[in-house]
Amino acid sequence: MPGILRIALKLLINDKGKFLALLLGITFAVFLMVMMMSMFSGILKRSSSSVLNVGAKIWVMDPAVNNATSSIPMPDYVLSSARSINGVKFAVPLYFGGALVKLKSGSYQAATVVGLDDATLFGRPEMIEGKIEDIFAENAFLVVKDAEFSKLEKPGVGSEFEINDHRGVVVGLAKAASSGLFGVPTLYTTYSRAISYIPSPRYTTSFILIEPKSDADTPFIQQEIQKLGYQALTSEQFVKKITDFYTFKTGLGMNVLLMTAISFVVGLSISGQTFYTFILENIEKFGALKAIGAKGHELVSMILFQAAFTSVIGYGLGVGLASTFMILAKLRLPDYAAQISFSILGFAFVMVLVIAGFSSYIGVRKVLRIQPFDIFRG
Amino acid sequence: MAAMAVKTSGLEKWFGQGEARTQAVRNATFEAAFGEMLYIVGPSGSGKTTLLSMISGILKPDGGDVVIDGKDLWKMKSDDIADLRLNRIGFVFQDYHLFPRLTTAENVAIPLILKKMDWDEALKVACHYLEIVGLKDRASLQPVKLSGGEQQRVAIARAIASNPDILIFDEPTASLDGDTGRKIVEFVKTNVLNESRCIIIVTHDSRIYEYADTIMRMEDGVITAVERNGTLKGDGA
Repeated sequence: MPGILRIALKLLINDKGKFLALLLGITFAVFLMVMMMSMFSGILKRSSSSVLNVGAKIWVMDPAVNNATSSIPMPDYVLSSARSINGVKFAVPLYFGGALVKLKSGSYQAATVVGLDDATLFGRPEMIEGKIEDIFAENAFLVVKDAEFSKLEKPGVGSEFEINDHRGVVVGLAKAASSGLFGVPTLYTTYSRAISYIPSPRYTTSFILIEPKSDADTPFIQQEIQKLGYQALTSEQFVKKITDFYTFKTGLGMNVLLMTAISFVVGLSISGQTFYTFILENIEKFGALKAIGAKGHELVSMILFQAAFTSVIGYGLGVGLASTFMILAKLRLPDYAAQISFSILGFAFVMVLVIAGFSSYIGVRKVLRIQPFDIFRG
Repeated sequence: MAAMAVKTSGLEKWFGQGEARTQAVRNATFEAAFGEMLYIVGPSGSGKTTLLSMISGILKPDGGDVVIDGKDLWKMKSDDIADLRLNRIGFVFQDYHLFPRLTTAENVAIPLILKKMDWDEALKVACHYLEIVGLKDRASLQPVKLSGGEQQRVAIARAIASNPDILIFDEPTASLDGDTGRKIVEFVKTNVLNESRCIIIVTHDSRIYEYADTIMRMEDGVITAVERNGTLKGDGA
């Protein structure tokens, strides 16, 4: 390390009080920003869990549908029309609905029921216990063993319950890639059983899942579906639509954005103020260095190094603290939705660089303005 | 005749604007030779610090020249002036301006580090200069743990560490008691001044006048008298 930067480092870390205050400010800001964005990211992932779990390439829906859990049923002719479009390998209906489950203990629990196409079971989950073909047995249901599983009193294969006054039997336990957003357990059954057990309006198809012959057929299929007055979205487009809905059409996105901005401002304020005070306290020393023969760019490099060093350490501590908090939270709350992604880490790092840049900017301005003559004049 | 370390001619400096504009230094012309200890004395506001700043390359004059080593200082680029200050001029500030978070040795090593000397080598050289000023055993202490006189000696060690030709002292005894002040200046005269070095001291402490080779008196920005080896040369420079 160049000697001038070593001096800068010693000046910084030997002033323990200010160094700790600087670290605290940046760590706190990073912790809050990462937590806020991770929670939001987790919520968004949960909100798209149905799309991710079913795994269809193309979803057909009413254009007014904003997310997988609030579908608008479509008439049967849409399914027939979809099947007749060139480029469609197959198209199957999917039922999504809510039902009340009466448990063995006599208590009631809301649940999401997914009805899979009887012929293909397209979108079926991965089994943990039992066999998928048992879903065709009388009153058969699969239970997803996710964070909500315990709300159904942890049923095993063979357990019975009532669903809308019908008998239900657990024939298997399944796992899903992602738990849902609303904290209710998920049951899988056949499409025909779902629409017969759960009160439905005239139309019953929540979504139509399409497998194209090739990805190149997707735009044409989308155009044809649009001519029917419906919307065909790829799974990525559907996830984006759901994400946009929660981000921009609910208060959720704005609140998280505000909290992230507040965290940034708090970090910026604490770090900027502390760094400014640090520079002010050493300003005469920087002036003395200038008088001795230090050049402007050397003093700037000292300040940038101090700001960068503090920021990187604070960033690491903040990310570490947020990760630890999430791990501990998930130990206590299996349903905890937060997730850290590389984009969150990248965004937080950019924000930290902005804090470091701002803090050093005010320091650099001050140091470049100090004249060695001021040191002589006292 | 000794070679000239610093030569000035017609230095002028103004401060302020409009009605508040005042002239701090007028037509200052003088020479300081190697091996000479030159005092600039005078009351507060007489322009001695301004003059010191102009000859050491940290305050640009409004008129006149400063020649060091045959080169006109203020015709050089700012980075070259900084290099000249680093390599040819040593400063001892009135308040020492030691870094309280660095050790004594690290403070002394600063000019060497600015000259890109290796860190360990710079500390080794710094310890050598601390030994010269009698503070080798204080090398690992922070300056705040030293007395005023010791801090002054650390500042002197820092100033001479880069082996400069010209040493600039700004009020070196202002923060010291009379006895310590005299000892410091006596030490400088005996151990720091040599034939290839010129020392310029700004002071109004008459108790240390006896160590000067030349005393240059200033009043209202004008050099009013120059006394060499006890002989007053008269008004003007």
